[in-house]
Amino acid sequence: MRFFKTGLVKGILVGLLWWLIGFMLVEAIRVVMGLPPQWNTSLPAGPAVPQDTLKWIVSGGLAAYEPAMVVAAIFFVIGFMLGAGTMSDWLKWTRGVDTPMQHGPKEGQPSWFRYLSVDYSHKIIGVQYGVTAVILLMFAGTLALIFRVELAKPELQLTLFNDNLNWFNTLVSAHGMIMIGSILLGVGAMSNYLVPLMIGANDMAFPRLNAFAYWINVPGALLLVTAIFIGGWNTGWTGYPPLSAQAPIGVQYFFIGVFFLGLSSILGSLNIVVTTLTMRARGMTMFRMPIFVWAAFSTALIQLTATQLIGLSFLMVAMQRILGLGFFNPGFPDITALAPAQLWEGGGNPILFQHLFWFYSHPAVYIFILPGLGIISELLPVFSRKPLFGYKWIALSSLSIALVGFLVWAHHMFVSGMNTYLRVPFMLSTLLVAVPTGVKFFSWLGTLWGGRIELKTPMLFALGAISVFLIGGLTGPPLGTVTTDLQLHDTYYVVGHFHATMFGGFVFPFFAALYYWYPKAIGRQYNERLGVLHFALMTPAFWVMSLGQMLAGTRGMRRRVADYDPAWGIDGVQLAVTIAAFIIALSVAIMVINMIVSARRAPKAAANPWRSRGLEWQVPSPVPELSYATAPIVVGEPYDYGLAGSTYVQFAPPTLAPVHSAGVTGGD
Amino acid sequence: MSAIAESPQIQVRRNRMGMWLFFVSEAFLFGGLLISRFFLWGNTRPELPQVVPLAITGTLLLSSFFMNRAETAIANDDRKTFQRSLLITALLGVIFFLGVMIFEWGWTIEPDGTFLLGNHIHPTSGVYGAVLYGMTGMHALHVVSGVVLILIIWNLGRKGKYSADDHWGVEATAIYWHYIDLIWVFFYPALYLIGTAVPAGH
Repeated sequence: MRFFKTGLVKGILVGLLWWLIGFMLVEAIRVVMGLPPQWNTSLPAGPAVPQDTLKWIVSGGLAAYEPAMVVAAIFFVIGFMLGAGTMSDWLKWTRGVDTPMQHGPKEGQPSWFRYLSVDYSHKIIGVQYGVTAVILLMFAGTLALIFRVELAKPELQLTLFNDNLNWFNTLVSAHGMIMIGSILLGVGAMSNYLVPLMIGANDMAFPRLNAFAYWINVPGALLLVTAIFIGGWNTGWTGYPPLSAQAPIGVQYFFIGVFFLGLSSILGSLNIVVTTLTMRARGMTMFRMPIFVWAAFSTALIQLTATQLIGLSFLMVAMQRILGLGFFNPGFPDITALAPAQLWEGGGNPILFQHLFWFYSHPAVYIFILPGLGIISELLPVFSRKPLFGYKWIALSSLSIALVGFLVWAHHMFVSGMNTYLRVPFMLSTLLVAVPTGVKFFSWLGTLWGGRIELKTPMLFALGAISVFLIGGLTGPPLGTVTTDLQLHDTYYVVGHFHATMFGGFVFPFFAALYYWYPKAIGRQYNERLGVLHFALMTPAFWVMSLGQMLAGTRGMRRRVADYDPAWGIDGVQLAVTIAAFIIALSVAIMVINMIVSARRAPKAAANPWRSRGLEWQVPSPVPELSYATAPIVVGEPYDYGLAGSTYVQFAPPTLAPVHSAGVTGGD
Repeated sequence: MSAIAESPQIQVRRNRMGMWLFFVSEAFLFGGLLISRFFLWGNTRPELPQVVPLAITGTLLLSSFFMNRAETAIANDDRKTFQRSLLITALLGVIFFLGVMIFEWGWTIEPDGTFLLGNHIHPTSGVYGAVLYGMTGMHALHVVSGVVLILIIWNLGRKGKYSADDHWGVEATAIYWHYIDLIWVFFYPALYLIGTAVPAGH
């Protein structure tokens, strides 16, 4: 049974053992300190009848042992990482044992074993990220289907399992946060697989850290999923206190899960920045990098810095819950007029949470969309056979979106009760984002204009992404403008706008990328007809879904509410949105089946099926273990499609030792 | 099996860049805590004893001197000074940590074996307690990890690991330790010096 020797299984088993140790440890400390084992004595310690145990856990009964549950979750993550073997090399270093960097499959193990175990090759890690992202995408999508059924008609009340009022909101919250996890992993998939290949490096700057950054997502995602089944949480993905300070215990597992997904973001982005700056092929100046690398680099700068703030804000709520640190606990009815002495007894401010939270979570949407927009810019020249229009503008627009993104967070808080003089400055900075985004749109149009367009599946998805992102982009300014936002805040209009930006900025380009680089990663060609079918189902369904959500929102449908008044006349719209959601789910299933079947049965792909100039297409597919045995030298511009006699890359004569030529050009 | 060959100098340059990016990232964490302090406390601060915090601040600053001494010593192949300075640094770090724990947080063990927390200020003492425990706690966590790293390189140095040309581990630990020290230079005045002292109301 080789399966039980994989890092994944070992990680889960050791993690569960550590979970138990962590739980017992806290209980032991409580006993030593002379405290009762139960933390919250107002809750039942457990059901009298053992058959009811499962029901007790699912309805959040473990809240009686909340500190032990929290410590156990952290122990679970540590145990998982130790058991999976992500830290074995580092632990050996602390004992003075050197471990040389080894690449390639482990001796005596089949190739699939690498994908389920710790492996340092960025190509394996990229695929691991991608597969995990698609699995989480399907899981979170299924949650959405459940609550879309609830919303298909008024007065259904299907999600009232066990008379538990939290289920609907748990489904909504879990859909949101697990999708965000999936998007972060999808971004990681594209960055990890593509950046080293595109810049002519053989691996990332820190391969061990890269593996660590991937694997810590797995226990993080497991905790997020567990949170649903230990009582859930009713706060939405934002987790605002004071509600999150009183929510069922699932909220703690949600906090801890997100905390470790964030740690992965930070470590992964650090790796991308160092790789981009120091490992480019000879001759590849910053302005000769493929445009996706610019996007990944800008994304990494946001991830590296802003992510700390969501970790901090969630940590503060967790501390308030279990240690009583009252950051967000006002304690008095009117906190605007507290005497200083009262700060000894209260004075916490929930608006502080929103500032810290949105300082990450607004830039986070640029983390989600920038790589996708980079993919669109990457694919359009290939399938239009024309140079990319305004390369430098596109490159710098990614960077400026990333920077402006740091200055707009409070536009989520126009109705929060923050000081009203902050509204207009944040409105202006928000509308400023339209400028660099507009640069991208004009560049895309300029690239397509007069091109010889080939409508292959990746190109279809790139064009679909532009159409959907246009919907998302044009519906943004009404939300960024104070006057209209006061009306639209927390309605389904926001939901529709957000889904349009996420689908246009991430989902469509991610699928385009999956189809485009599938032959590169797998070495076989997917089924083109099924790819087109996927596109033909998903795009119109998405238009219906997004526009329908916005319509329902303008009629008064609010977010995170399980029911609505038939008198609003949105029954038909809601039903259409639900049907559209199911069509999208079906189309994604078609893609997954297409990719699984094609990996075994499809014909071998041509070496460069898209006639791309990219570095990664100049080596065989699938990419050999050592991507560039011969060091590539960049001698021209990356996107000069259709210009006679222009070359982007040459390969130097073989060298004896495969050494990175990085460091020869810029960056250090 | 193919190993990707890298010259150690290139890898150390990358490591150094990675380390500094990590510090940039951490600056946002500590910056968020500082912002919370100013958001919640405004221009006030809780009235707390001043002598012990000043003393342990001095201890931490002094430890940075010994950390630097250790790094300079290994760069000159002076192993004896290296080992000794590392131990002094770790000891000063532990003194700082115990100072926070015992005198600031006020952990005491009662005669009957139970713990008591909060001689001066309790974690649940409104936002004064929350921010003070939050900031010193996050910083203390980093101090403890720094002491662990120092003990690891001390142990490796004892086994004869580092040399004048090859001591990236020492360099990384040293800049990490200085960084923690620098954070405290911002935290200490924010917690103990800035603003009008407000005595406990009860």
